[in-house]
Amino acid sequence: MSSTERPGLTGGADPAERAGWGEHPPRMGFFTDTSVCIGCKACEVACKEWNTVPEDGLELTGMSFDNTIGLSASTWRHVAFIEQQAPVGVPALPAVPGQAAGIRGGLSGPAVPGPDGVDGAMRWLMSSDVCKHCTEAGCLDVCPTGALMRTEFGTVVVQDDVCNGCGYCVPACPFGVIGRRADDGGAHKCTLCYDRLGVGMEPACAKACPTDSIQFGPLDELRERARVRVNDLVEAGHPEAQLYLEGADNGIGGAGAFFLLLDEPEVYGLPPDPVVPTRSLPRMWKHAGLAAAGVGAMVLTAFLGSRTDVR
Amino acid sequence: MSTSQPGPASARGTNRGPAESHGGRHARQGQRQGRRGSGRGEQFMVPRAEFRSYYGRPVIKEPVWKEPDVPAYLFFGGLAGASSVLAAAAQLTGRPGLARAAKAAALGGISISTVALINDLGRPARFHHMLRVFKLSSPMSVGSWILSAYGPAAGAAALSDFTGILPAAGAAATAGAALLGPAVTTYTAVLLCDTAVPAWHEAHREMPYVFAGSAASAAGGFALLAAPAREAEPARRLAIVGAAVELTAKKLLERRLQSRAEPYQTGRAGALLRAGEIVTFCGLAGAGLSRRSRAGSAVSGLALLAASALTRFGIFEAGRISARYPEYTIVPQRERKQAREAEAGAAGRSGRP
Ligand code: SF4
Ligand code: SF4
Repeated sequence: MSSTERPGLTGGADPAERAGWGEHPPRMGFFTDTSVCIGCKACEVACKEWNTVPEDGLELTGMSFDNTIGLSASTWRHVAFIEQQAPVGVPALPAVPGQAAGIRGGLSGPAVPGPDGVDGAMRWLMSSDVCKHCTEAGCLDVCPTGALMRTEFGTVVVQDDVCNGCGYCVPACPFGVIGRRADDGGAHKCTLCYDRLGVGMEPACAKACPTDSIQFGPLDELRERARVRVNDLVEAGHPEAQLYLEGADNGIGGAGAFFLLLDEPEVYGLPPDPVVPTRSLPRMWKHAGLAAAGVGAMVLTAFLGSRTDVR
Repeated sequence: MSTSQPGPASARGTNRGPAESHGGRHARQGQRQGRRGSGRGEQFMVPRAEFRSYYGRPVIKEPVWKEPDVPAYLFFGGLAGASSVLAAAAQLTGRPGLARAAKAAALGGISISTVALINDLGRPARFHHMLRVFKLSSPMSVGSWILSAYGPAAGAAALSDFTGILPAAGAAATAGAALLGPAVTTYTAVLLCDTAVPAWHEAHREMPYVFAGSAASAAGGFALLAAPAREAEPARRLAIVGAAVELTAKKLLERRLQSRAEPYQTGRAGALLRAGEIVTFCGLAGAGLSRRSRAGSAVSGLALLAASALTRFGIFEAGRISARYPEYTIVPQRERKQAREAEAGAAGRSGRP
């Protein structure tokens, strides 16, 4: 359904070009392969340090090992921990070629009876979430100040000196990524390390990731690599392995950051079928126009019927 | 801030499915079920739908917009916009008292509305950054430009009327405000609906009509309260027509959304909206029956103003609730995805030789 709808107002295959960048580098992005994530949170820490992102609450949530809860104005990488009962007999995940065999996610233990009567091994799913740098970005579409902008790398960043903290971008993101800080009143999110990209360096999270779960590069290359990887996993007996947002045929016209998942997206806190709200904006303006005409019509009716009462 | 994020089941004080049980293959499964609406007897409004989520955490972010700022911004903006149209029509048909009351409502309404909007900004001193760019893709940008043209017009119309200075310019301002007024009443509907908030976004077809009706009924209500009785007949009729449009559009909204209208029917939002409906009915009846009573007209006008405000607060709250609980985001998306996959599967099978 989403793919047949009309494209959004700021979409297009090459978002940087659409945004008016002439000569520009290829679109850069992240491929996060959650099957090799070990939940070390090096990405969260590296991001905080490089981008000087302030503390975001220090409490224990009881949600497995997750104490950062989700992405926010002050958490730009978030590692989700999902504890599951995996069915017995699920083969171990194959290692990524060129990596030590020991480095793999989804660690399976011995079979134990589960609380729901299903025998299975305990498994953890770990996944480092981040801003998707959407081709059709809801946050960017609705920003009234122009603070949110498209970079020459096709990524989406907030210009802090422009943002007036209107908060519109916050509910406009279909992924709940961007937030507004209470102390400085401004909106903040992942910049895909715009400053580092500008000098040819990779983003801090990808640099810090010890398992290459976070891979950075030109989006085309990453997409190819991801398709090979998901095929390997399916062939190795993991039919549940799936790519999330890797193509352009989704409700956001493709993402600059996409994922390989081992369960349905909602289990990781991701929306199963996100659609940028601005896709229906032309229709909304049409209805608003008709309704506005309706206000005139209502007043007209009120006066036509009451010609006789005056004086 | 993580600390400000809403808590799961406990925060809503209702029974939920085994959303928090650990260890199962379907550990993060929850059940969507109608919450007990306060003051409504039924326990389940929709059949249970299974869904999975990440520890019951929200998928999208709840709007950071505050109460009462933003619902007040919606209500007073609506009152102002429709009042400007009423004012121009009153002036044209020789009802100076009605025109003056409506102009006062327009100036007062748009001032409060704008202050509420600015107060809600994280960085109010940068309000003028709204006018750095013009973006059709941003209803708030479009709205800011509309406001920056409408506000001065409504102000000039009212001041010229009160002081008698520059009557020609005042007439031009009255006309200008009347042309822009309708846009002021409905752009805010697009502003809410152009978000990922399920209750708002899914209601985008009907919302502008709800807002238009609500605004007309508020403008009519205020004029009933403030205009001289002998000129108030059009205001009475506007109030009645507006209230009828608002009620009808809300009904259509609920009918089309079916089970997805739940955020509008349960909890605090449901209570606000039902209260709004009851007060609207009272105001409607009162406005219809009080033609000979100054006091009756005033009370009816007040009731319709209150009803319009209740509607805005209810709609705002419904949106927040639908963002706070993940089922409102996940279940419709999951159903949509499954339907699409089933369709693709069927097409694939039939395409085989
Ligand atoms: S994921 Fe959200 S914050 Fe990131 S670009 Fe897309 S809409 Fe904007
Ligand atoms: S909060 Fe800032 S970045 Fe977000 S929409 Fe408003 S001005 Fe743009």
